[in-house]
Amino acid sequence: MAQKTIAGVNLEVTEDGYLEDASQWNEEIAKEIAKEEGIELTDKHFEVIKFIRENADSGLTIRKVGKSGIVDIKGFYELFPGGPLKISTKIAGIKKPASCV
Amino acid sequence: MAEKKDTQVKKVAIICSKANLEDVYAALVMANGAVMEGMEAKVFFTFFGLDAITKKRMNKLHTATVGNPGMRMPGGLPFPTLLGTIPGVEAGVSAMMRSQMDKLDIPPVDEFLDMITAGGGEIYACKLAMDMFKLTKEDLSDHVQDVLTVGDFYAMAGGEGSQIIFT
Repeated sequence: MAQKTIAGVNLEVTEDGYLEDASQWNEEIAKEIAKEEGIELTDKHFEVIKFIRENADSGLTIRKVGKSGIVDIKGFYELFPGGPLKISTKIAGIKKPASCV
Repeated sequence: MAEKKDTQVKKVAIICSKANLEDVYAALVMANGAVMEGMEAKVFFTFFGLDAITKKRMNKLHTATVGNPGMRMPGGLPFPTLLGTIPGVEAGVSAMMRSQMDKLDIPPVDEFLDMITAGGGEIYACKLAMDMFKLTKEDLSDHVQDVLTVGDFYAMAGGEGSQIIFT
């Protein structure tokens, strides 16, 4: 476990940079993690992030996000290029999903 | 002592030559998983694997109830081979497997191909096998980017950190 200061808050993060405690998350933290991933967050990003946080415990998959009505799978890849599920969950401050689909 | 340094896998070329539900899904899960991780993925369907990208057959794939030692009855008892020979049993077992997979968010084949191509994965068909089975491009799903020779496929499978996987 490591300590990291993100957006002025001292946070516990995993080895890959995922927040240990999702309740410490806020939008400023999201923006800063996103910046590290090379992503500038838009309202659309935040809509997806909201969905992801709300469904964090239900076994998130790309398919589920694609059926959210917020974004289709192609759009999800475009919003979070290079690994939508792992990057979006990191930005959303939840645990890295253990999902194969 | 030389320092051990792993080269990350950046690209996978996956070859699927069988039409069993489990073999096709192995290829699709590997390809989709690669795309999800930000890797390049190209899937080459050949021989019976072509069923997975043939419009008429792709969502009706079966698992073998005869000659499949891994097959079990619900509850875990061995699946009697003779039972597997009864007409309709294989279709029933296969339908049950598909519904179980759907519960785990493993989609039907056509939707799985949607997911893979949405992420930038590419789907190819083998020219030789198509000639053999007398299939044309029109018989294949729209996900198929191109019909290739083996040489074409190898030509696009190279590069640092690339792997070829045969399922």
